[in-house]
This record gives sequence, structure tokens and C-alpha cells, in this order.
Amino acid sequence: MKSLAKSDKRTLLFVIFIAIAAPFLLNPFPEGSAMAQFNAGYPDLMQRFAYFGVLAIGFNILFGLTGYLSFGHAAFLGVGSYSAVWMFKLLGMNIIPGLILSVIVAGIFSLLIGYISLRRSGIYFSILTLAFAQMSFAMAYSVLTPLTNGETGLQVYADDPQVFMNENSIAVPHLFGLKMQDTFTLDIGPWAFQFNIGYYICALFLIAAFYMSLRIFRSPFGLMLRAIKTNQTRLNYTGINTRPYTLAAFVISGMYAGLAGGLMASMDPLAGAERMQWTASGEIVLMTILGGAGTLIGPVLGAGFIKYFENIFSKINETVLHGWFAFLPDGLENAIVWVLHFFVGKGWHLTLGLLFMAIVIFLPGGLMEGAQRIGNWWKNRRAKGKTSSAKTTPAE
Amino acid sequence: MSNFTRRGLLKTTAIAGAGLAMPTLITSPVAAYTNAPTGGSVTLGFNVPQTGPYADEGADELRAYQLAVEHLNGGGDGGMMNTFSSKELKGNGILGKKVEYVTGDTQTKSDAARASAKSMIEKDGAVMITGGSSSGVAIAVQGLCQEAGVIFMAGLTHSNDTTGKDKKANGFRHFFNGYMSGAALAPVLEARYGKDRNAYHLTADYTWGWTQQESIAAATEAKGWNTVNNVLTPLATTDFSSYVAPVLNSGADVLVLNHYGGNMINSLTSAVQFGLRDKVVNNKNFEIVVPLYSRLMARGAGENVKGIFGSTNWHWSLTDEGTKAFVKSFGEKYGFPPSQAAHTTYVQTLLYADACERAGTFNPCGVAEALEGFKFDGLGNGPTEYRAEDHQCFKDVLVVKGKENPTSEFDVLEVVEITPRAQVEYAPDHPMFAGGNLGACNSGA
Repeated sequence: MKSLAKSDKRTLLFVIFIAIAAPFLLNPFPEGSAMAQFNAGYPDLMQRFAYFGVLAIGFNILFGLTGYLSFGHAAFLGVGSYSAVWMFKLLGMNIIPGLILSVIVAGIFSLLIGYISLRRSGIYFSILTLAFAQMSFAMAYSVLTPLTNGETGLQVYADDPQVFMNENSIAVPHLFGLKMQDTFTLDIGPWAFQFNIGYYICALFLIAAFYMSLRIFRSPFGLMLRAIKTNQTRLNYTGINTRPYTLAAFVISGMYAGLAGGLMASMDPLAGAERMQWTASGEIVLMTILGGAGTLIGPVLGAGFIKYFENIFSKINETVLHGWFAFLPDGLENAIVWVLHFFVGKGWHLTLGLLFMAIVIFLPGGLMEGAQRIGNWWKNRRAKGKTSSAKTTPAE
Repeated sequence: MSNFTRRGLLKTTAIAGAGLAMPTLITSPVAAYTNAPTGGSVTLGFNVPQTGPYADEGADELRAYQLAVEHLNGGGDGGMMNTFSSKELKGNGILGKKVEYVTGDTQTKSDAARASAKSMIEKDGAVMITGGSSSGVAIAVQGLCQEAGVIFMAGLTHSNDTTGKDKKANGFRHFFNGYMSGAALAPVLEARYGKDRNAYHLTADYTWGWTQQESIAAATEAKGWNTVNNVLTPLATTDFSSYVAPVLNSGADVLVLNHYGGNMINSLTSAVQFGLRDKVVNNKNFEIVVPLYSRLMARGAGENVKGIFGSTNWHWSLTDEGTKAFVKSFGEKYGFPPSQAAHTTYVQTLLYADACERAGTFNPCGVAEALEGFKFDGLGNGPTEYRAEDHQCFKDVLVVKGKENPTSEFDVLEVVEITPRAQVEYAPDHPMFAGGNLGACNSGA
């Protein structure tokens, strides 16, 4: 940590703080109030923020640094989940073997796909990865049913071998006895803050993943990856073989995705084929672009943003809307609810799409550019204030 | 941040450590079971597909849930609460607590359904989850409810596995299943189409399709039919022409469509457009069978369903008191008759509420005990029993046919035969249902 630059240390500490304080930060509204609908501080969603954060960080190492746009990262996520669930079925419910295997299998899988796909660049590379991912999805969905349990999804059954387990063993995913699903609730006045073990384990991995990506960004290897993004042809002309570098980046980001998949299965021991579908891959690309591709923290923000919409906005139904606008006269209430119901509930995709358009048009650098602009504006204002107070009078 | 020193780091670590340790120091009082309702209300979670191939069924399920909540809270005309053989429900909520509900979208995907159910349990404090318009989703959510310690009242799920190899102590199903469809349909098909038939199956590629195909094939083969081929089609398929074309040259004279919802509408339309129904194969008229029928599908497929046989859990044209009361109050509220999806979810909600009343608690283990072996009547299906061994309801099954001369857009099916319960019943360890284990009920404590 010593060798990190000052600003990087600050970013890392910021991430650690956010990760630890998430149960407080995400539950700003008191229980039972009308705004409680917007609270996101419950275990399942916090876990999602964390492992999709890991996924987006990994994707950013490939896309943000080398500029190679992979449209098949969901395949690695799925492979990771399946590996983890198989470990639960064969060995036992401790999450460690599952996480290790998910990273290894995703690594091997991404080596294979990367070796072939990276023979091309640009749009051809994207199409190749997309093809591989769709192939994996189709296979998991039907051909490989004995291995993946098809559409129903791979689950742990009571009659699975689970060689490391006896009758007294814990039957839910755990880390040496710490159950992922255990949650402690802290009641302060009308607020209820939930601290979930599974979330903190995910958060630990998120921090570790972030630190690793920070080191990669600042390393000579990271510099080489950026050089590839800037001008690969020139690198080739100077006699540098770029393929090993891109392949390494691809495998690293694949392993990140595998880890995310393993964590996903550890929090909820079921692996479904649809998490490998191309829409899931597209979502990862959206997360990264929305947050800010090539920035350190952006992808994590993007992942949180999308998951928040998916889980919070999709649950606002017409009854909830009527509850909010009940104070208005009937006709007006119905009119407002009629307009708004296109944007919430099953219409959450529409809201997300509009926001995505707005961000891409007005803030091409994603949420991070927005944060930067606000920061700059603040700095300028302060600077202006200073200059005005110390205004020099023109010389006579 | 220029003073980033070892001391500073130690301080930060100590504070972070204290923060992490805090939750272990202040554990909240342990409730007797997951989401025990504390205030004057109780929350139920309605998890239905609002998007995807089963969105129509999901929308109708949601209407039925809202109606059931209204009736439980004493609103409306009380619907089937008046005809229900158990008289515990008084229209004052459940156990005196007002019924509230939250909704979610399963997207007909296991992952999304589980996420939505989890948020209902963890965020909204739902004490019971119900819904699902696909067996894959129902099984996934049933597993989740078992782990979390809440009751799962399955909605529209017709796979044998839901109460077979994937059955769970916290899960209950009122709807019938693939085996029952086969047992009810086979004799009718034999009587109409004869013993010597060659069947070609198109099957939705997931747990429901597989088990229904297996059930229909077994039941018809027992009557002397021959299964020529079984082709699996992905759930997301919308154009079935490439699957229908090979049927013509296969030598088959019956096409069995193991499809539901939007899938069935598309595959049937495609089969009719290819002129299959006008063909004569092996000197017999070519026939199409849709083992699991619903009014919503029949309406979607329009003219094409005329004369096509299938089975259904319930139909609004039945004339018993329960059906009449339900159709009346549903019709008055929404302006059209309910589908079988709406019926089963409405009944499941009442059964859950009634079980809570009889158990005197919301504790899942108490509720499960009250439901096991429960015999009731007056809910539209005649005398019904919740079998204790596998949490499956046993009741009569309807064999229906697409009506030749529909009088309205809702009057598209006619009931051909009511197959008695004894004919569709099977042993809990029947090979098609074996391999599962209910396990112990989980209250989450």
C-alpha cells in the first residue's frame, strides 16, 4: 500500500469506507415511511452491488484499458456459478472450494475463448465473444442439461454426495461456520440497519478486487494495455507482440467474472442458464459505460446504478403510486399515476434506457465525468471566491 | 490526506474493525420465525411474470390476488369465502391482521424470480410468497422459500417435479400436474381418435415440458399409441415454423403440443397455417392435441383452437356454487371471467389464510401442519385434498375442447368430461415423482 500515489490511497480508502458503511448509507429513510420504498440496504441487493461490482471491475481491466469490447463476459459469470454450485453438491457447503474452482474454471475457459477471439480486434472480436457466449448459453440451456439442469437451474439437493458433510453440518453456504444468510439488525429509532455476513464477505472480495485492479492500472503492464488501446498498429511496427498482453488482460478479467459468479452462487446456491444470455453480457457493458469506462471506480458505480433500478424501480406498482399521490384530486391523481406507471414496475427498463441515453449524450465519460464536473465546478467556485477577495486593483 | 501515516492507518483500521464487530455485539431479539408480523398488518408477496411469454397469465394472477386480498380484508362480496367449506375466515384479515401485499416481476427467469422473492422476504417482510407462471421459476422460488423459512403457495405450475423430485416441506401446490393431464386425457383421446395412432411431440425445453411430455407419452402408449418423435423447443422461441415443417414427413398423424402461453399460441397457429389439420395421414384425419389448455391461450389462438382437445384445472363455465361466486365477483371487478391461473392463485391465497386461522399462527411449520391432509370443498373443484406426503392437491380434472361456435370472446372452451379424482390419483412414490424428499419444515428460527 505504501507505494500507492496519494490520490489512489484516497480512492481506495473511499471504497473501503463505502463498502463498510453501506448498510447505513443505503438505508437513509426510516422504516415505514413513504420513502422506505427507495431504501436499498437489504442483504440481497447489497450482495448484488458487491459481486456485480467485482464483475464490472474485471470487465474494465479489459475494456477500459485495452479497448477490446467483449460481448461475452456473462459466459464466464455463468461458468463460475456452475463450478461453485457443483462444489456445493460434491464437497459441502463451505464456499472456499467453490470460489477457488470458479476462478480456475473461468480462467481456463477465458484462455480458450480469448486465444481464438483475440486473433481479431474491433467489431470482429466483439462478435466472436458474443458468439461464444451465446453458444455457452445454448449448451447450458439444453445440450449440457445433465451438467447444468437446463432451464430449471442447478440446485443443491439433500441426496447429493457432499463428501465433507455429515448430519450436523450446516446445510446453507457458509465460511467455516459463518452462514452467508445470517443478518443482524441494528434498530436505531425508526431505522433498521441490516448487517449481513454474506454481504461483508462479498465486500471483502470487492475491496481486494479493487485493490488488484488499482495495482494493474498503475503497473507497467497496465501502461502497455493502455498503449494497445491508443495505437496497436504502432506497437506492432515497433516490434512488440501485443497478443500476450491482450490475452493476459482477457484471462484476468475472465477470472474476475468467474469470481463474481462464484460469489453469486455462494450467496444463493442456484445457477441458472439465463445469467449467461447475451442480455446479461450487454448489461455488463452498460454498467461499465454508464459508470465510466477506464476509470477505477466508475464500473462499480455503474453496477450499483443498474442493479438499483432493476430491484427498486421494478417493485413500484400502481398501488404504491396511488398511495403517493392520494392527496391530489382524483382525476389528477389518476392522470399522474397513468403517466408514471409506464416508467416504474415492469417499465423500469424504459427509465433506465432514458437515463442511459441522457448519460451517454451529456456525460460521455459516464457517472465519473459527472462527479468530476461537479468537483471542478466546486473548485472553480472556491478559487473564484478567493480571487475576488484578494482582488488586485489595476495599476495606475 | 497528506498525513497518511502508519498511525493514521492503524486508527482507520481500528475504527473499521469496531464497525465490523458492532453487529455481533448488538444482536436483535430473535423472532420465533422469519418475518413474524408485529404490527396490525401482515404482508404477502405476489411474485408473478409481468414480462416474457407468460405475461398474460401473470397479469390475470395479479388480478386474482388483489381480489383475494380485498375479500380477506372484508371488502367486496366475499367471493368464494362464502362457499368455502371451512368457515374460519371472517373478512377481518388474517388472525385479525389487515392483509397487505407487495408485487414483483419474475420475468419468467429463475434468477430474476429469486431476486424478487428475496427482496420481498428481506426488505418487505413478506411471510408468504406465492405465484409463478412457469414450473422452472416455481421450483427455484420454492427452494428459496424453504431456505428462508417462509411458506410458498405455488401458482400456475404444472410440472410433475414441483411436488415430485423437487418437492419441499414449505411448498404447496393446488394446481394439477402433467401426470393428471395424461391420465385424464388418454381415455378421451382413445375414444375419439382410436387406438392406432402415431404421435409427434413438440415440447417446451424445461422441467414442465419434459415431465408433461413423459406423462402424455406414457398414458397414450398405454392405450396403444406410438410416439414417433419428441422435439424440444427453447422457451424463448417465437417462430415455430421450422419445428412444424418436419412433422408432415414423419408419418405421424397426431401432433401433441407441450407448450403453454405465448409459445402454444405461436406453435398452434404455425401448425394450422401449414394445413396440418386438413391433412389425411395413414387414412386418418390429422389431429392436434394441447394437453394443458387455458382460456387465455385459447383466446390468443382464436379460430385455430376449434375442436382441439386438452385438459385444464378449472373453467369459469362450471356450475357449482364456488365457481359461480368467484366468476361473479371477479367479473364485477374486472369486467370479464377469470382464467384458471386466476382461479388457482385466488384459491391458494384463501387456503393459506384459512390455514393460518386454523393453526392460530403465521409460523410456517404451524401453517404447513394445518394444510397437510386438509380436506375442503366449495372452491370450484369439488371435494379436494391436500395430500400430506407431497403437498399436492387431489381433485377432479377437466377435459376440454375448443368450442366450435363460441358465443363470446371468453366462451372459447367447452368441458367435455370431468375426470374423477380416483382416475388421476397416483402413489406418492410413483416413478415419475420419485427421487424427491420433502425434508423438514423450516420456520427460519
